[in-house]
Amino acid sequence: MTNSNNYTGLTRFRIAPVFMFRWEESQQAYVLMYPEGIVKLNPTAGEILNRCDGARTVSDIVAELSGLFSEAPDFIEPRVHQFLEVCYGKGWIQPES
Amino acid sequence: MAKAGSNLNLDGQGNPVWLLLELTYKCPLKCAFCSNPTDLDNHPDELSTNEWKQVIHDARNMGAMQIGFSGGEPTLRKDLEELVAEANGLGYYTNLITSGIGLTRKRLENLKEAGLRHIQLGFQSSNPETAHWLAGVDCYEKKLQMAREIKSLGFPMVLNVPVSSVNIHQVPDIINLAADIGVEYLELANVQYYNWALVNRDQLMPTREALEKAEAQVAEARERLAGSMTIFFVIPDYYEGRPKACMNGWGSIHLTIAPDGIVLPCSQARTLPGLNFPSVRDRDLSWIWHQSESFNLYRGDSWMKEPCRSCSEKEKDFGGCRCQAMLLTGDAANPDPACSKSPHHYMVTDAVDRALKTRQHPEKLIARAAGWVPTEV
Ligand SMILES: C[S@@+](CC[C@H](N)C(=O)[O-])C[C@H]1O[C@@H](n2cnc3c(N)ncnc32)[C@H](O)[C@@H]1O
Ligand code: SF4
Ligand code: SF4
Repeated sequence: MTNSNNYTGLTRFRIAPVFMFRWEESQQAYVLMYPEGIVKLNPTAGEILNRCDGARTVSDIVAELSGLFSEAPDFIEPRVHQFLEVCYGKGWIQPES
Repeated sequence: MAKAGSNLNLDGQGNPVWLLLELTYKCPLKCAFCSNPTDLDNHPDELSTNEWKQVIHDARNMGAMQIGFSGGEPTLRKDLEELVAEANGLGYYTNLITSGIGLTRKRLENLKEAGLRHIQLGFQSSNPETAHWLAGVDCYEKKLQMAREIKSLGFPMVLNVPVSSVNIHQVPDIINLAADIGVEYLELANVQYYNWALVNRDQLMPTREALEKAEAQVAEARERLAGSMTIFFVIPDYYEGRPKACMNGWGSIHLTIAPDGIVLPCSQARTLPGLNFPSVRDRDLSWIWHQSESFNLYRGDSWMKEPCRSCSEKEKDFGGCRCQAMLLTGDAANPDPACSKSPHHYMVTDAVDRALKTRQHPEKLIARAAGWVPTEV
């Protein structure tokens, strides 16, 4: 698998400590909060970030998401990668060292 | 703070998202740029711990997710830790907005324990003497020490430095100091002219040249520090000819509670004459937000006059700041005079001209004379 950030299917991401990620009942959505801001996530993005728990690997996330949304892993994988790269670029997630 | 709308990509759906608690108006510092009421020292009867907890619960039930503990100086309240713990337990993202006076290593540890997520530290200058002029009190060393303690405990931190003619030439040094402390965000907040800052406007107003120079220095630093520190800096509304999107609109997502329980769309709104803001002691918070006359007065855009009413910008800037419109033009429903399309825009350009003809010297800053309260907590 290739991507522009140097992580592999075995990388475990977790939410960076500045951020707080949780389900928000009043919005019926996952939200990501940080100093001065809140991001409301769409369902797919929320499900991906919810699995960035420092325990699951990127491959685990791909497998679970393809189950959850009944799509082939081949279809899900590039989309998960694309989103993780955005998250990584924004500093929302960090690889577990 | 009547700052521009905070970052958000969700809609409050008619509910408040940001809750700002002004726990007390008391403050040991006397900042000449302070946007707090000029009669700060006639502090009213503050809410009790239980009354604050009720507010925290009620706003959470209404949908608020971010909470700021501010003031005055919030660390003067001995129940700060207890209130932070309460908010954290309910799922708020907790922010402390402090001058650093009143903090100790021990208190910071307790706040961490209570679930405090983030600290905004007010800072005046990279130079102790300038800091003393601006804050009215010698506090530079204490603030620096607290900044380092905050970082050593692993709190994410915003350093908030109000920028004016007094310290604008120090912008590169301030950036270097912030980088040295290791803060994630540096907010070079151009002083906004409310209350004490308005009293001192002639002394605080920077020149356009100074602003442009600072802007270039910030741009250079952003490149150099990309990845380690984010720097906020925008050309102030007085020079930009554009009003700020104040509070994301009146009664849209921001809810402020004053020390005595008065409920406000923003901290400054209390000074608007003729408006009767209810207190949480008298009415239910949700009723105040949804039903009260004062919260509905400038909600949406039906209150707007021309040129705002037919302006294509009105959904972006909401006609600017109601309090600034009131303070300068005498009618809060006028367009914010910072807007170049406002018929009152000359008031802003005249104010700039007048300030720049004034001999500026920190000696001439006017600060609260009284107001010392003990900092031992
Ligand atoms: C009013 S203070 C209250 C909390 C605390 N006493 C402190 O100084 O951090 C809140 C924030 O507003 C900033 N501030 C105060 N007056 C301002 C003004 N006129 N324009 C812009 N920012 C201002 C302060 O630097 C501080 O970060
Ligand atoms: S520390 Fe300064 S800015 Fe903050 S409330 Fe006190 S006087 Fe105002
Ligand atoms: S006229 Fe009113 S709505 Fe239009 S830009 Fe100016 S303040 Fe904003």
